[in-house]
Amino acid sequence: MADIDQAAWRQDFPIDWPQDHYVARRDFTRFLVLASLPFALVQLGIGIVNWFRRNRGRPPAKAIAPLAEIPIGGVLSFTYPDAHDPCLLLRLDDKTLRAFSQKCTHLGCAVTPNADKSCLYCPCHKGYFAVENGRPLAGPPRRPLPRITLENRDGVVYAIAVEVNAS
Amino acid sequence: MNRSLTREQTTTIVQGILCLVLFIVLLQVWLLSATTHAWLGGDDSVLWPAAATSAACALVNFALLRCLNRLAV
Repeated sequence: MADIDQAAWRQDFPIDWPQDHYVARRDFTRFLVLASLPFALVQLGIGIVNWFRRNRGRPPAKAIAPLAEIPIGGVLSFTYPDAHDPCLLLRLDDKTLRAFSQKCTHLGCAVTPNADKSCLYCPCHKGYFAVENGRPLAGPPRRPLPRITLENRDGVVYAIAVEVNAS
Repeated sequence: MNRSLTREQTTTIVQGILCLVLFIVLLQVWLLSATTHAWLGGDDSVLWPAAATSAACALVNFALLRCLNRLAV
């Protein structure tokens, strides 16, 4: 466009937009180096968060329910160790109790027992976990469900620890 | 830095530094992804080695940037 057609301010501040948008190799390299620092910081942050978690100690034991109130084949939901950590307690037979975190290890949806309680099912992306040990059976999850360690104290079932297994 | 380098030589060096920096940043991305996956799976043995490696990568990148800044345009 001819200069005569330009607004007066454009003539006073002639910005060469193509040149302004041009990113040189040197600038791109500087940007990459700048991006490198946050990656290192995030890695360090993960290490620090993990250190704090390890030093927090085991969560206190929490009573879930009297054993007599849990029917064989029954399922009970509870929270452990915090109120925002939903878990499931399953009584597989007379003597076998299993408890797992209810958060799917894929994207955190709530898992539920399927109809015959042979496995735990995540409806979001059709993930399946074994009720015996929480191992992923099918679908996108690759890590087992965190297992809640249980203890029977005078006929009352307690959650005493969270066991996170590596895949 | 030696100012007698020709423009072509300087360009080659800049491209080499760019490739190295790009490779290191991609390595950091992979490292972060693998570390996060391992951590969420309950394996925290790799956290500090991975953090040290990533910090070393960042230092190498800054050293390369310093070389780049010393090059004559």
